[in-house]
Amino acid sequence: MRIELVKRKEHSEVMVFLSPVIAVLLTALTAGIIFALSGLNPFEALYKFFIDPLTQTWSLEDTIAAATPLVLIACGLAVCYLSNNWNIGAEGQFVVGALFGSFLPVMLPGFESFLTLPLMLVCGMIGGALWALIPAFLKTRFNTNEILTSLMLVYVASLLLDYLVRGPWRDPDGFNFPESRIFSDAATLPSIPGTSISMATVITIGIALVLTVILTKTLKGFEIRVMGQSPRAGSFAGFSSKRLSLFAFGLSGALAGLAGIMVVSGEMNQLQPTISPGYGFTAIIVAFLGRLNPVGIIVAGFVLALSYIGGEGVQSAMGVSDKIASVIQGLLLFFVLACDTLILYRIRFSSRRAPASAEVSHV
Amino acid sequence: MKSLLKATVAAIAFAAAGSAANAADVKACFVYVGPVGDFGWSYQHDQGRLAVEEKFGDKVETAYLESVPEGPDAERAIERFAREGCDIIFTTSFGYMNPTIKVAKDFPDVKFEHATGYKTAENVATYNSKFHQGRYIIGQIAAKQSEAGVAGYIASFPIPEVVSGINAFMLGAQSVNPDFKVKVVWVNTWFDPGKEADAAKALFDQGADIITQHTDSTAPLQVAQERGMKGFGQASDMIAFAPDAQYTSIIDDWAPYYIHRVQEVLDGTWESHSSWEGLAEGHVVMAPYTNLPEDVVEMAKATEAKIKDGWEPFTGPITKQDGTVAAEDGVRLDDGAILGMNWYVQGIDDQLPQ
Amino acid sequence: MFEAVLLTVITAATPLLIAALGELVVERSGVLNLGVEGMMIMGAVVGFAIANLTGSGALGVIAAIGAGMAMSALFGFLVLVLVANQVATGLALTILGLGLSGMIGEAFIGVPGLRLPELYIPGLSDIPFIGPVFFQQDAIVYLGFALVIAVTYVLFRTRAGLILRSVGDNHGSAHALGYSVIKIRFMAVLFGGACAGLAGAYMSLAYTPQWVENMTAGRGWIALALVVFASWLPLRVVIGAYLFGAVSVLNLHAQALGLGIPSQFLSSLPYIATIAVLVLISANRRLTLVNTPACLGKPFVPDR
Repeated sequence: MRIELVKRKEHSEVMVFLSPVIAVLLTALTAGIIFALSGLNPFEALYKFFIDPLTQTWSLEDTIAAATPLVLIACGLAVCYLSNNWNIGAEGQFVVGALFGSFLPVMLPGFESFLTLPLMLVCGMIGGALWALIPAFLKTRFNTNEILTSLMLVYVASLLLDYLVRGPWRDPDGFNFPESRIFSDAATLPSIPGTSISMATVITIGIALVLTVILTKTLKGFEIRVMGQSPRAGSFAGFSSKRLSLFAFGLSGALAGLAGIMVVSGEMNQLQPTISPGYGFTAIIVAFLGRLNPVGIIVAGFVLALSYIGGEGVQSAMGVSDKIASVIQGLLLFFVLACDTLILYRIRFSSRRAPASAEVSHV
Repeated sequence: MKSLLKATVAAIAFAAAGSAANAADVKACFVYVGPVGDFGWSYQHDQGRLAVEEKFGDKVETAYLESVPEGPDAERAIERFAREGCDIIFTTSFGYMNPTIKVAKDFPDVKFEHATGYKTAENVATYNSKFHQGRYIIGQIAAKQSEAGVAGYIASFPIPEVVSGINAFMLGAQSVNPDFKVKVVWVNTWFDPGKEADAAKALFDQGADIITQHTDSTAPLQVAQERGMKGFGQASDMIAFAPDAQYTSIIDDWAPYYIHRVQEVLDGTWESHSSWEGLAEGHVVMAPYTNLPEDVVEMAKATEAKIKDGWEPFTGPITKQDGTVAAEDGVRLDDGAILGMNWYVQGIDDQLPQ
Repeated sequence: MFEAVLLTVITAATPLLIAALGELVVERSGVLNLGVEGMMIMGAVVGFAIANLTGSGALGVIAAIGAGMAMSALFGFLVLVLVANQVATGLALTILGLGLSGMIGEAFIGVPGLRLPELYIPGLSDIPFIGPVFFQQDAIVYLGFALVIAVTYVLFRTRAGLILRSVGDNHGSAHALGYSVIKIRFMAVLFGGACAGLAGAYMSLAYTPQWVENMTAGRGWIALALVVFASWLPLRVVIGAYLFGAVSVLNLHAQALGLGIPSQFLSSLPYIATIAVLVLISANRRLTLVNTPACLGKPFVPDR
């Protein structure tokens, strides 16, 4: 028997909604089997993993907090990927954004005014954008592969952070331990009054919505999509692929940098040698799970954050190792990616042998 | 909306009360920075947790979160434990310091213990071990045993604990051979077996015949074993990986401290403090001295006994690398100077990254 | 001294070389598999486990190759049969591999490993300098060099290689000519998995004979960079792997000499050097465009 994909005439609207559901069910089934094999009650574990975090205010807020930087970074990446610019160095842009944004509170701690925070956020965006423009510049000027340069710059950025935090930016009152001074209140991103949801979440959702409008309703959005699907057609229309590369990288770098400074200012209140649990890489997955669409990305970011918080939940409550959590995340991604096929294709099982001419018997 | 929130809160409170009633007397929780499978730092802390379970049986319940990166995730992980009814939470990495303090403010009834930091509060204690005591002993052994008169030191990050370790090693070596040399390589990681192995090879190639490390994997000792060179273990007894190469190992034994503190929670006598103990209290343990001649073992044991009796390796005369005097003859450096050390003693062939 | 440094460089370069060669073949067929790290770590854990349980290094190596292939088959099924996005699937493969290897390896933590024996060729191995460098390595080092020759030969001197490259350059016409694009790509992906598995086995059985979680520590990513660095030519992969190995080893030597340069700067040198060389190579358009597989990363679905 053979499996064949038959392209649908139009992509299936039903499947757009059904495929993630099927994927989650398949993940739950596989995860249940894994839990059972590890000698745990699969139903209890699955409940702890996927449902429990949604039932309590604090864990829901934790999930939203963890999802926020993922969504913001992924929104920028979506613009890159839609326009065929393969930025996979958002992690580095996140870090450099945090560094630029932290310059004020670390080097000029006395500067406390209503301007401090806005200036920090702007500096963070500039830092992230500059770091992202390096691979963009190398790509447009020297035709250098941006996947690799942006990735290499991640390592450079984290070593730069490491150097600053252990050296020049070390807290003078911190007994030589590797951390910066703690930010003043004026440099701390507040929560929405009365809740523990950070302003970062509000800003992020705002940006995602603006981006939706830009992508669907403006000429720039049209340019991004055309250049992504057919650069030749785009150049006939007068679009410049080089300018667009710089724009897409600059924008995604700025958003990653903004995410960086918001995490540092809102959650950590200081720089440390590590400031990201891999947000920049996870956001790549979020961007694809969200189908490069800002609204989809919000949902995808939430689901992925849920899998982290839920993973911690089963770990603490049932002593499940964190390896199982990452296996389940991997499986979830696989199933989602596999099920997305159903949107564009129908699967046909046939027993017919393909014509011999279409086969090569040896390679 | 508000009533929904209230109902949820009530439900949580009920659930928490319900589980507390039929569970153990005390719940002790641990946050680790690495995987428990690193066979180094986090592994040793988890051995301590297992010792607590074994000691108290049903009376104490434990839980842990592993591979919690320093940064935004740390605060969430610590807060989760506080909400889930842990009575005492051990946070075992320096980068958890400020998150621990922050969460502790919101949960005054929960006891927190932060390893290797310096900030305490009513319900936050700190604890660390005097690893430099062990490093003084292995410095002496290295100077006795080295034919080249040069030892290699694989260092992770230039934090005070690592720097004071290098200095203690050097002081120990100089007490035996004043001209002894130490070469230092910073690998900028706590854990990358490949890189640590390469560093060990580089040090041997440059003339060291004994290495020691302040990184977590067994890879450097394996290199020593292959090359017929010698070395010292770190964090756990690594003799199985280098049966002919390991002289001894500086073992982190957290079990006595964890058992002691959990007992105090059970008894209701827990109070905040800053614990910094070493060989005498069994928080630092020397693995059996092997592959050594009798007289060197005797010397090592004598130094170990002297330290256990209260002698401090950082006792003058100590001269800094730049020639200034750090401590006059017979003067003992105070704890703050050791815990915040950012200078080398004279004779170290390296410049401290600033 | 030079000999000793060279020996260290060979060990540091070998896993990069082997994994990058495999990925090179995959990319030549037009597929981008970012899951090298995940396949490599699975090779490391399975190789270690089997060698430990059976006492045979050879069986360990074979099992590691099998594990890498199994992971790559999963990837191949998703991106080739189900036409899933290659970048996202590759990343997912890495996440899965890191988790799964941790689960499998739990029982082997703190267990001393088996070390692959170094081959000793009487006569040759005793020649000063040349002997230790060229004739006293373990089998995988030689296998790595054999692979370089084999891959170069097959890619550029045989019909099979021509077909593979044409599939990567223009899958439409290759299909029109009657070649099964999917099948050929699947074989390439499996080869890539086998190489990554072998590279993992080198980590856990020769480089540092032990199992610890996450022990590949990012080497799969470096291997990916080397492929582009080499502009998809096997011989340049060798140069790249050795250059990278040399820069990272020299960093440690420079420190042991006590030069007093910030170590973070030295640690970032390999990455900066890679970017610099990438720029130099790609600035020469003639060089890159000729060798870049035109269909890299583009999905192929046969219309029937």
